[in-house]
Amino acid sequence: MKWVKVIVSFILTLSFLSFPSCAFQSDELLVDDEEFGLEGAPQHRSPEPIPTRSPPVTSPTRKRHSDLDSDSKIQFSLDHAFGDSDFSPAGTFSARLKTWSHGGQTLTKLRFSRNSFSDVEKEKFKNLLESDDFYRIRLPSNVLSPPGRDFIISSVKARCLPRESLDEHFVIHMEGVNVLAVNYGSPGSCPYPRNLKLPAKWSFSSHTVLKNSEQAPRAPVFTEEILGGENAEGEVVQPAERSFWAKYWMYLIPLGLIVMNAITQAMNMPEEQATGQVPAQGQPSAGAVQRGPSSAVRRR
Amino acid sequence: MAIGSFLILFILFFFSSLNPILSLYEDQVGLVDWHQQYLGKVKQAVFHTHKTGRKRVVVSTEENVVALLDLRQGEIFWRHVLGSNDVIDGIDIALGKYVITLSSGGSILRAWNLPDGQMVWESSLRGPKHSKSLLLVPTNLKIEKDNIVIIFSNGRLNAVSCIDGEVLWEKDFEGESLEVQQVIQPPGSNLIYVVGFASSSLFEMYQINALNGELLKHESAAFSGGFLGEVSPVFSETVVALDSTGLILLTVSFQNGMISFQQTPISNLVKDSFGPAKIIPSSVTGIFAIKMNAVTIVIRVTDENKLEVVEKTNHETSISDALPISEGQQAFALVQRAGPEIHLRVKLAHNWDDNLLKESVKMDQHRGLVHKIYINNYIRADKSYGFRALIVMEDHSLLLLQQGEIVWSREDGLASIIDVTTSELPVERDGVSVAKVEHNLFEWLKGHMLKLKGTLMLASPQDIAAIQSMRLKNSEKSKMTRDHNGFRKLLIVLTRAGKLFALHTGDGHIVWSYLLQSLQKSKVCQHPIGLNLYKWQVPHHHAMDENPSVLVIGKCGPSSDAPGALSFVDTYTGKELSSLSLVHSVALVIPLPYTDSTEQRLHLLIDADKHAHLYPKTPEAISIFEREFSNIYWYSVEDDNGIIKGHALRGKCTGEVADEVCFDTRELWSIVFPSESEKIIATVTRKLNEVVHTQAKVIADQEVMYKYISRNLLFVATVALKGSGEIGSVTPEESWLVAYLIDTVTGRILHRVTHHGSQGPVHAVFSENWVVYHYFNLKAHRYEMSVIEIYDQSRADNKDVWKLVLGKHNLTSPISLYSRPDVITKSQSYFFTHSVKTIAVTSTTKGITSKQLLIGTIGDQVLALEKRFLDPRRTVNPTQAEKEEGIIPLTDSLPIIPQSYVTHALRVEGLRGIITVPAKLESTTLVFAHGVDLFFTQLAPSRTYDSLTDDFNYALLLITIVALMAAIFLTWTLSERKELQENWR
Repeated sequence: MKWVKVIVSFILTLSFLSFPSCAFQSDELLVDDEEFGLEGAPQHRSPEPIPTRSPPVTSPTRKRHSDLDSDSKIQFSLDHAFGDSDFSPAGTFSARLKTWSHGGQTLTKLRFSRNSFSDVEKEKFKNLLESDDFYRIRLPSNVLSPPGRDFIISSVKARCLPRESLDEHFVIHMEGVNVLAVNYGSPGSCPYPRNLKLPAKWSFSSHTVLKNSEQAPRAPVFTEEILGGENAEGEVVQPAERSFWAKYWMYLIPLGLIVMNAITQAMNMPEEQATGQVPAQGQPSAGAVQRGPSSAVRRR
Repeated sequence: MAIGSFLILFILFFFSSLNPILSLYEDQVGLVDWHQQYLGKVKQAVFHTHKTGRKRVVVSTEENVVALLDLRQGEIFWRHVLGSNDVIDGIDIALGKYVITLSSGGSILRAWNLPDGQMVWESSLRGPKHSKSLLLVPTNLKIEKDNIVIIFSNGRLNAVSCIDGEVLWEKDFEGESLEVQQVIQPPGSNLIYVVGFASSSLFEMYQINALNGELLKHESAAFSGGFLGEVSPVFSETVVALDSTGLILLTVSFQNGMISFQQTPISNLVKDSFGPAKIIPSSVTGIFAIKMNAVTIVIRVTDENKLEVVEKTNHETSISDALPISEGQQAFALVQRAGPEIHLRVKLAHNWDDNLLKESVKMDQHRGLVHKIYINNYIRADKSYGFRALIVMEDHSLLLLQQGEIVWSREDGLASIIDVTTSELPVERDGVSVAKVEHNLFEWLKGHMLKLKGTLMLASPQDIAAIQSMRLKNSEKSKMTRDHNGFRKLLIVLTRAGKLFALHTGDGHIVWSYLLQSLQKSKVCQHPIGLNLYKWQVPHHHAMDENPSVLVIGKCGPSSDAPGALSFVDTYTGKELSSLSLVHSVALVIPLPYTDSTEQRLHLLIDADKHAHLYPKTPEAISIFEREFSNIYWYSVEDDNGIIKGHALRGKCTGEVADEVCFDTRELWSIVFPSESEKIIATVTRKLNEVVHTQAKVIADQEVMYKYISRNLLFVATVALKGSGEIGSVTPEESWLVAYLIDTVTGRILHRVTHHGSQGPVHAVFSENWVVYHYFNLKAHRYEMSVIEIYDQSRADNKDVWKLVLGKHNLTSPISLYSRPDVITKSQSYFFTHSVKTIAVTSTTKGITSKQLLIGTIGDQVLALEKRFLDPRRTVNPTQAEKEEGIIPLTDSLPIIPQSYVTHALRVEGLRGIITVPAKLESTTLVFAHGVDLFFTQLAPSRTYDSLTDDFNYALLLITIVALMAAIFLTWTLSERKELQENWR
């Protein structure tokens, strides 16, 4: 089920828009194309020329083995707003709509073409940077019939975007052809005291990622466990192989103490013998007198 | 040798105290926990007045409880909580030994044995259409020696046998627009009248033979003016109704099957009319009452169907049902509130001018008005009739009045708690001495002697019982001052009746109660609703001379744009400091993490038009607020729309609401769930006041994982639209559940996971960096609990000790949510046997103690489950290192250990919420569970490692010390003597 996760690479120039479309000939395709044309026409939001789409060309080399799976190309626009201003078009996403045999539709191969800022927009963006205000974007919530139920809005503090150029990162959460949410922001960190920094280049470098939902891990089922009970038991025995010290410390410590005690005893013995022997040789009468203090000392 | 044996004893003792004890011992029940049983607001009461035996009363309540109470003390004999989807429509007593209840919109009829509450029979009644449900137990109507119960429900009239619940006959009333209003059974006849309206201007009357359900007569008559509201039966063949304008009273009589109307404009009866009237139904013969605005008018119907006003009053009046007393006479009671007293009058139905009884009872102001009254008679010592009255007050309390006194009272408002907060008690000052606590020195000494006997195991069984009762009644725990461990607190609860109660955590007694005026029905506000409680002021610096206070937020009416109301209440005295009725609505309340110089917390109230209003409205608060202006974000969830939106503040309000403390807001982000495939069913956030002690988690192989701890995380669960119904209504293929973790500042979805074949209801709890949620798995036919833990990877490279030492780490730098999050999640699912009502988590002061999940089970108990069991890193064969860390081998289901029920043998009937409050002692957390019942206890999830337990054996310790000392002396003297002897040798 890897198809759910499609990561699309960077998009840089407008030239992508004139990228030859490789849609396939099928009923769905025509409907979608029509739909797009109808939807695009009354919007009047894109001042930039929507690239004329080449008529569908059959490309049997890229056709999937399943006849039911079919692709078509769709586009949806990104709008932006500076602070509380109204939204205006800022770029276009184009992607392939893949219709699966079980009826589901997903987007693949997302590409993004960003319009460069006009002078007015640059000025507005500079104002945003100065006032540390929000740069807002929006997407339709349904890519087939924009805007769907409502627009998906996301915003970021404008000061998070400028580096060398204006770096932005989109993570678009999809559910079929619906856009749930878009995570929009800088591709890296945006440290808190946000400093005013103007970009060196007024062009965008955009990164886009499409995300679909993950499957939850199943609750573990322990039917095999019962069958392989012996194996598990065998592994339980393994941790018993501990080091010698870990196993026998309770015997070793008293043993060590006894040994140490014996050593000290052995140390004392020669000493005592030495002290005892000297008077015995020289003055045996003084032996009794001297024994007291010496033993007293040792006792302390 | 003595030393050795003592040492062994000592060691043994230590090991025994280290043994894990999760549950309570029998003698520990009631030491730190308390349990209180309530019923809810009584909506019907029936007295059981057998000549002999105990006097009892059966009540049904708005919390769907049916209970039998002792009339002498108000104690509960038995009680059944039927649940919120089984609303009680009516109760009565049949045959003098069965309690009959009609519930679930008139579709379930049950009989309970009166003395012990066992169910005798149950029958289910179906019908063609939805209608009013009426229950009638005729006194002496028999079909073949079988007493019957007459039920009208779902458009069908049923006669049910009292003995076994068998339906004897049934009769459908399928007239399309027929709305049956009353079922009347004239006493002593075999007839039943069913009266109602059809197509709003037709009066219909059916006469039915009660013995076989045969339709004897059907008459209908049109009245051009139409009808409004209910009808009140005045005689067995006469009812009173109102026309559709509410200005004309209609007396409808259907004697001998002939329907005749008699119109009486209300303006003829009362000089100054006050607009449309409403009938207050009563069952008293010949008497009914109407209400116009605040004026209540009692009207008598004479034999010639003439109406005459007998009383007109501005006071709120309640009228009881008719009580048949001797010789076919009926008595009824009227009760009114006037200042600090309530006036009770008992009259005979046919004789308005004389009072059988007239009493005035002093009543606490904080009980409000009298809502309902039920009367019962008894025979006095002098053979005359005496009356006792059961009254239901505005605060939902239940009282019994007799001989001008309150015999007993029950605070049944506590059965419907809306919100709970806590407050510290006053700091201990001088003047509390031993003599004040213990009654006298002798008692005190005796107590200590008993305790000593107990610890030395010399006590007899009687002594042990005395010690146990002393422990339970320990005055220490119910003291009105703060304690060192923070166990004593005040629980401030807001009830549905708009009353605040302060309960002491020691024994649960009510310290004070206050009926909030701002949440009472008034001319301005017809349906006030209490919403929430917040801590308004918590003095730390001035704890000695200032009192904490709470903020109560309410609104006027159920609509979202209803104006709000605020009240500020002192938690020590229970006095209202001030109250405000707002011009704007209250959609959301955000307690901000800022306080002003008087330690009042700043609160931001968001209204329905998305304007933010700051409270308190002081210049100081505004200046604090403006400093943090750009860092305030919030979110709103539109459940029915499937949209979550994020907002920030913009600036001062513009337009007509020019206000210093009003701010405009703007939308920052939005998440739109596809309406055809997802529906929001649960949203959970972390508790605002939760403390996290360690940000990092050291895992087995000396690796460090940093918890992603953000206060701005929101857990959202959505289900497929089809799967939002009951469990089992869809196939696993059509149903799925999606769990989201959303950052509420930027609107980023940090984690999203789909559980296929799963269904709600979802109960979730969010704490630290994890969320646990409970749902139903349709494929496995079992309930499941899943855990998601979220870890921060952006700080993961801070593992190098040298980096930490040299300060080259980013742990202290402020975290901005605008940075791209780099998180990983770990999750795991487990089966869980129970279905769940609510989930909470323990919370402690510093957050060091390990956590336990508190699960409110379907059996109304609270189960403590260690968070360890819900660790996503559990594997089938944990390595040695993992075992040392405390990871339990993976199992497919979560264990339910009977000893880990926090509520031990008790049940918190109708459990709705569990609240945990940290004590000052790190190991301990206070748990308060509320529903129809209240339950409070202390929990130590990792056992009380920071204090000696209550059962610590001080005596043994003392004996050991003494013995050791003696042994030291003994050996010392022995060695001295030996040395001396050696020296003299």
